[in-house]
Amino acid sequence: MTPGPDGRIRPHIFVVWVEDLPGVLNRVTSLFRRRGFNIESLSVGPARAPGVSRMTIVVRTDATTARRMLVQLSRLVNVLRADDITNEPAIHHELAMFKIQATGEERTQVIQLAGATGARLVDIAPESVVLEATASPQKIDGLAEVLRPYGIVEQVRTGLVGMARGAASVMTDPDARKPPKRRRASSDESGGSHSV
Amino acid sequence: MTKRWRRTGAQLIWETLLGEGVHTVFGYPGGAILPAYDAMLDYPIRHILVRHEQGATHMADGYSRASGEVGVAVATSGPGATNMVTGIATAMLDSSPIVCVTGQVGSALIGTDAFQETDVTGVTLPITKHNYLVTEVDEIAPALHEAFYVARSGRPGPVLVDITKDAQQAFTQRRPRLGKVDLPGYRPEPRPPESELQSAAELINRAERPVILAGHGILISGAMGQVRELAERARIPIAMTLLGIGAIPANHSLNMGMMGMHGESWVNQAIQEADLLLALGMRFDDRVTGSLKTYAPNAAKIHIDIDPAEFNKNVRVDVALAGDLSAVLAHLLPVIEARDRSEWLGSIRGFKGDTAVRDIQNLPDMGKLYAAHVIHDIWRMTGGKAIVTTDVGQHQMWEAQYYRHNEPRSLITSGGLGTMGFALPAAVGAKVARPDDEVWVIAGDGGFQITMCELATIAQERLKLNVAIINNGYLGMVRQWQEFFYDRRYAGTPILSPDFAALARSFGLGGEVVKTRQEVEGAVERARADERTVVLDFQVEKEDTVYPMVPTGARLQDMIRRPGQEADGDPESEEEPVAAGRTVEW
Repeated sequence: MTPGPDGRIRPHIFVVWVEDLPGVLNRVTSLFRRRGFNIESLSVGPARAPGVSRMTIVVRTDATTARRMLVQLSRLVNVLRADDITNEPAIHHELAMFKIQATGEERTQVIQLAGATGARLVDIAPESVVLEATASPQKIDGLAEVLRPYGIVEQVRTGLVGMARGAASVMTDPDARKPPKRRRASSDESGGSHSV
Repeated sequence: MTKRWRRTGAQLIWETLLGEGVHTVFGYPGGAILPAYDAMLDYPIRHILVRHEQGATHMADGYSRASGEVGVAVATSGPGATNMVTGIATAMLDSSPIVCVTGQVGSALIGTDAFQETDVTGVTLPITKHNYLVTEVDEIAPALHEAFYVARSGRPGPVLVDITKDAQQAFTQRRPRLGKVDLPGYRPEPRPPESELQSAAELINRAERPVILAGHGILISGAMGQVRELAERARIPIAMTLLGIGAIPANHSLNMGMMGMHGESWVNQAIQEADLLLALGMRFDDRVTGSLKTYAPNAAKIHIDIDPAEFNKNVRVDVALAGDLSAVLAHLLPVIEARDRSEWLGSIRGFKGDTAVRDIQNLPDMGKLYAAHVIHDIWRMTGGKAIVTTDVGQHQMWEAQYYRHNEPRSLITSGGLGTMGFALPAAVGAKVARPDDEVWVIAGDGGFQITMCELATIAQERLKLNVAIINNGYLGMVRQWQEFFYDRRYAGTPILSPDFAALARSFGLGGEVVKTRQEVEGAVERARADERTVVLDFQVEKEDTVYPMVPTGARLQDMIRRPGQEADGDPESEEEPVAAGRTVEW
C-alpha cells in the first residue's frame, strides 16, 4: 500500500467493541477489505458485558489512514466503540502452540528450552511434544526461531490481544454503563411511540 | 371472549410501514415477496409497479429528495434485489434516506443456492448505511422500525431489510411495541464542543475574504434560513456544490453560483483567493476541489458536517464542527458579527471579467440548437419553479449552469455516484411526492435509454411529467473527455437512438422532435399544456462542450474556457445579450 501524508507504515492495533450479532464481524472487516488492507491478525471474544464482543485487529498502515479507519469503524451502527491503542501503554500478548517432532536427545533439549523461555509443555507423545507460550508477538517470534532447527511440524498463533496498563485508561469497557439489549419485539416495554 | 390479536409477518410489514407514515411504495413482485404483496391489498398502500427494480430505488430516492421523507422500494429476492444495487449506491453517495424491502428465500433454504437466492445483505453491505436479514416473524416490525430511524437520522442513507418468505408467512400473537430505538453504538447527532464553536466564530469574524461553501447538508438539515442569515449579516459570498443548488436562491445577491469542475470561473477564483472557507454540509469531493495540493492555499477552513468521517478526509481543516448544521448554526449565529465586506465582494465582481460575454447565452443565434438554449428556455418558461431531475453528464452540468433554482429541493440529480438513468425514475418519485408541482426530466440520449422502460410506469400511473432529452448522438461527457484528453478518439461514444417521440407515443404519451431554437418555445408550451407526459427530443449540436472546465488534477483556477471564436456567427452582432437568465449582481 502507499503511505499517506504522515508517512510511516507500521502495525496499528485497533480495539473494537461491537454488538454480538450475526454479520458484525463482516461489517468490520469489510471496511479494511474495501481499502485493500491485509489484516495481520484478528481476535474476537466476549467482552465483560453480555451481548458485547471485543475485537483486536492489527493492520499495517500509516497514522492518517489509521485515524480514518477509526472514524469509519465508529460510524458502523453495531460498533459500540473503537480505539487505536498503538501508542497506549498496554500489554500486547498472543498465545502460540508449537508441535515439535523430537525424540531422544533432541526431545530433552526442546523441553529444557521450554523451561528457559517460559513456554509450557502441554503434550508429550512418543514422537512429538507440544509447547505453549503466551507472550508478546516479538517473544513468540523469538521462540519460533529457536525451535525451528528441531522441526516445527505445526504451529498456531491466536493473534494479538491487548489491554491497557493501570486502573483507568482509554480502554475501559464502554459497555459497562450501557449494556446493549438484544433488539427483539420487546413486548414487555410500554410507552412506545407507536405500536402496530 | 374477544378474538386474540394475530398477524402474519406480511401484515406486520405493511402495518409497520403505515406506522412510519408510508403510503406509497415503488416495487416489483416476485416469488419470495409474494406473501407481502398478497397482504398489501388489505392496507391503504399505493403500489407503483416499476419496470425494473433500479427504477424503484431511484423513484424512492426522488420521492425522498423531493419531500424530505423516507422513500420505500420493494423487490423480490435474487435478481429483483440485485437490480436495486445501482439505486442503493446512488442513495448512499448522496445521503438519501430510502428503505428497501426485499423478499428472501425461506430461511431453511438460505445458503443452498436455492432458486432466486442471493446473499443480498452481503451484496449491499458496503452500499447501505445499514442492513438487516430478518428470519423471524417477531423481528420484522422492530427491524423495519429501526431501518426507518437509521435511514432518516444523522447523515441519512439507504437501509435494506431482507425478509425471508417463511418469516412473512408465519403468524405471531406477540404485538410489537415499537418505542424509542435502542442502538447503543449509533450516535447520529454529535455535538461540537463549545471551544471549537468559539474558534470558528473568531475565524469568521476576523476573515477578510471568506467564502461559504454551501452543500447538500443545508437542505437535509433544513438550515436554509440560518445560512442566509449568516451570509447576509457577515456579508459572505456563497458558492454552491451541485447538490447544494437550491439551498440558497440563485437570485440571491450573495449567491455566486456553482463551484468546481464545471462551476463558474469567478466562483473558483474566489475560493482560491479566499482567506476563509466555511464548508457547510459538503464533503470536498474531488469534483469541487481540483488538485488538493493547490486548493485554496491561503484559506483557513471551517468544516461543519454531521458526519465526522468527512473531516480531514480530502482537505485538512482548521476547525471541524460535528453536528446537525441547523443546531450548530443556532449556537454560532449569535456570536457572528455584522461586517461590511464590500471590498471583497467588489473584487469577486472583478473576477467575472469577460466570462458573461463568452457565455453561450450571450452568443449570437445562427439557428443552431444548443443545450444551453433549451435549458435556458425551459427555465424561462417554467418561471424557474419546476422540479428538475437529471442524470449525469453534459446535460446535468448545463442544467446546473442554466436552470436557476430558487427553491430548495427543486434540483434532483445524481451527484456522488453519477448515475445514468437516474432522472426519469427519480422524476416519477418526485411527482408522486409533490403531485401539484411541475416536474421536468432533463436527460441525455444515453442515460435516457438506460431506464426509458419506466415510460410504461408513467403511462400506467397516468403521471404528468415533461421530459427533455438533450440528444446529441454521443455519450457527450465521455466524448468531451475524449476530445480534450484522448486526442478526439471517440471510442464507444457515438450512440444511436430510437425516435424518442415515436417511442413516447407508443406508450400513449406525447412526443415531439425539436431541431431549431425557434421551435423550442412552442414545443415546451405544448408539452406543459398536455395532460399526458410529453417527451421532447431536442436534437442539439453534436459536439458541443461543457465550459468552463477544470481538468482532473489541475488547479481550481486553471479552467478551460469556451474559445471566443467557437460561437457560430458574427461577434459584432447586435443581438441583445440574454442577461435575464444570469442575474448580474455578479
